[in-house]
Amino acid sequence: MTTSSEQTAKPKSMLARAWDSDVGYSFRHSPVAIISSTVALLLILAAVFAPLLAVMNPFDPASLNLLNGFTPPLSQAEFSPDWFLLGTDDQGRDVYSTILYGMRISLFVGFAAVALGMVIGITLGLISGYFGGWADAIIMRIADVQLTFPSILVAMLIFGVAKGVTPVEYRDQLAIWVLILAIGLSDWVQFARVVRGATLVEKNKEYVQAARLMGRGALPILFRHILPNVMSPVLVIATISLALAIIAEATLSFLGVGAPATQPSLGTLIRIGQGFLFSGEWWILVFPAVTLLALALSVNLLGDWLRDALNPKLR
Amino acid sequence: MSLLEIKDLTVEFPTRRQRFVAVASADLVVEPGEIHGLVGESGAGKSTIGAAIMGLLEAPGRITEGEIALNGSAISGLDQDAMRALRGNRISMIFQDPLTSLNPLFTVRQQLVETILTHLDVSGEEADQRARDLLDRVGIPDPDTRLDQYPHQFSGGMRQRVVIALALCSEPEVIIADEPTTALDVAVQAQILDLIRELAEERQVGVILITHDMGVIADTTDRVTVMYQGEVVETGPTDQVIGDPQHLYSQSLIAAVPRPNEPRHRFPQISYGGRQTRFAIEDIARNWPRQDADPDTPLIKVQNLSKRFLEKRSLIPGKSTYFTAVDDVSFDIFPGEVFGIVGESGSGKSTIARLISGLHRVDGGVVHFRGQEVSDLSNKAVQAAFRQEIQMIFQDPFSSLNPRMRVDQIIAEPIHHHRLLSGSAVKTRVAELLEQVGMGAEAGFKYPHEFSGGQRQRICIARALATQPQFLICDEPTSALDVSIQAQILNILKDLQEHLGLTLLFISHDLPVVRQMCSRVAVMKNGQMVELQATEDLFARPKTEYTRELLSLMPRLDALQSSGS
Repeated sequence: MTTSSEQTAKPKSMLARAWDSDVGYSFRHSPVAIISSTVALLLILAAVFAPLLAVMNPFDPASLNLLNGFTPPLSQAEFSPDWFLLGTDDQGRDVYSTILYGMRISLFVGFAAVALGMVIGITLGLISGYFGGWADAIIMRIADVQLTFPSILVAMLIFGVAKGVTPVEYRDQLAIWVLILAIGLSDWVQFARVVRGATLVEKNKEYVQAARLMGRGALPILFRHILPNVMSPVLVIATISLALAIIAEATLSFLGVGAPATQPSLGTLIRIGQGFLFSGEWWILVFPAVTLLALALSVNLLGDWLRDALNPKLR
Repeated sequence: MSLLEIKDLTVEFPTRRQRFVAVASADLVVEPGEIHGLVGESGAGKSTIGAAIMGLLEAPGRITEGEIALNGSAISGLDQDAMRALRGNRISMIFQDPLTSLNPLFTVRQQLVETILTHLDVSGEEADQRARDLLDRVGIPDPDTRLDQYPHQFSGGMRQRVVIALALCSEPEVIIADEPTTALDVAVQAQILDLIRELAEERQVGVILITHDMGVIADTTDRVTVMYQGEVVETGPTDQVIGDPQHLYSQSLIAAVPRPNEPRHRFPQISYGGRQTRFAIEDIARNWPRQDADPDTPLIKVQNLSKRFLEKRSLIPGKSTYFTAVDDVSFDIFPGEVFGIVGESGSGKSTIARLISGLHRVDGGVVHFRGQEVSDLSNKAVQAAFRQEIQMIFQDPFSSLNPRMRVDQIIAEPIHHHRLLSGSAVKTRVAELLEQVGMGAEAGFKYPHEFSGGQRQRICIARALATQPQFLICDEPTSALDVSIQAQILNILKDLQEHLGLTLLFISHDLPVVRQMCSRVAVMKNGQMVELQATEDLFARPKTEYTRELLSLMPRLDALQSSGS
């Protein structure tokens, strides 16, 4: 029911509408959502502004001082006047700074891999759901086969193949991109499945038939009409996938097949740190691990909340 | 003391913006053996009353005032346990959709016997015998065989009979029937209503019949209560309320019901609640490209049209089974006429619309538009021109507009697609179209969900008019709308035909509506066209037995007729 006062109102801005919407309302009334989004946002901002926040650039060999190695947290180095908040690692790198820079790589890989998985998954899902028939059968069987392997195995396989075909001298530079490709390709299936299911529902709705009647081709119908209507479940999966992609990246890097030591991600830092855990230098492992935990957990909780908020039936 | 007495009932749903009052101080009395009709448009609060009686209000709804009394003792304050003992025992319910109110995994016998054993103190054998008797009583032939079948083996009407048998298991005092026939065809609807009436009388059960259909009320009920936006506006014996409605809203509601027995030029509209919207047909007509078509040359020529759908796929060629939806149908539609297709659900009438419009590929036969074959979808040039000339109004205004697009984008889409206008001219045109259908240009900035069903259907009409088509397909355009809105939309469609010379293909299952809209009517049954006549001839002298049967099933609105508003 619309009242006359509403009808004369000006169109509201996107932000105001989002804030006023049911999802906005649910956000304002969910402490979990507010806390986890604050944590995630702080970490992301810290990663983006790492050069401003870090005390040194851990990638720059000139700024390193081996004499500062193994300084415990909240103390001054033994042989220099430098003071370290979270201590240093074996090469004298400031752990706090390496975490900021490492998070940059983790987040970049995470976002890019999810974006890649999303693009592939959404496209294949739309095609599969809208056209059906052979296209559907082929795409979905590939998806089924891929699902029978743990995604980390698929990622390792892609990573291994890519490493084999790249020349040695470019390997370290390309490592990040290979990581993105590996995680992205192991991730598209869930997007494709969800989009396909939603497309099957949407394509029979009358607004799609109205567009077909108008003479609209398959592409405008798929991307202008159907895609916006299947985006809510995709957003939920994307958020949860982001957390999974960050963890996948950390896992691969931990296993030594991911980001190289010259460009350490959180996973690489954890791998380096675990060697020192039992010799007493616990801070090299614990601080990157806690950061990873906070990042993955906050993004994951945000995804859970988003799923509930977008699907009122679950409440 | 009455059987069921509702006094001053108020039901509220607190939401985040305000408290929504679904029912406001409603009074209702039901006597044994009486069928009490509860009528009103969607959102009037009639189902909420039913749910309140059953104690099944959905959270966060609650009764804030008033009392419900069964045989003199209050039941509205009872706790869940006490309500559960009451529900299905002394009060039972018949739901709208017989498909979902039976458990598909149990046989009818299991469901009936279980219910009987839960509520009555009888032995297993007695329960079995009772189940059999009940099926027999609700008119299911061969109950012994039917008892061991599963719900999916019953047709819609038979299934609703089983649901009624289930409701009778516990020998209830009150039955609440919430739109019990809305999901059924007219023929079946009449039988089910007869059954409910017989049973009410025979067992002295009080029935509350919730419906939006004035025809059902006139046919079936003894007393009727009219509701509007949560309030009871009028209550009384059915003949009196329908024949001589006192309240302005009841008058408008009854006036808007299409009469089956006389054609009327326009649907009467008595506005209530000040929601009268203008439809500026003169403005549209001024700039409409008139095409002087020869009235004797068919605009649409349908020849031997057939369509079958795959029922069961088989890998062996020729072994797949098909369902024939349209079987060898031929007819012509002449310029400027309203051509009607009627039939029960599944008769293939919507499929014909889809075949003509090219949403389905034809399996046999051809469709000609102005002498050109348009059923060949691969001829791109013909298709492109045809797409501009034809538009469709769909049944469900809630799914026919893309929820993620703004209204102005929705209406602009066909203009952009056919490159009719460009730049700021599109904006002007969209605003103009919105004004013309009575929505106001500012409606363009909003999204479809902000509008009611009738307003959405107007937006659909604006979109259909954007390309200035010559041929409009209306597939059950009003069956999802309330009667007063239906009258508005039908008047708009009539205007389009009269003032713009549009040709309409009008598909409906509602015979009274068809009688007033169409010049010629085709009757469909099981994919075949059984009869095609000028409307008045068809209603006066039906040629086939099937048509005669359909006509006899129209709700008898004798009482309505005499009101003569």
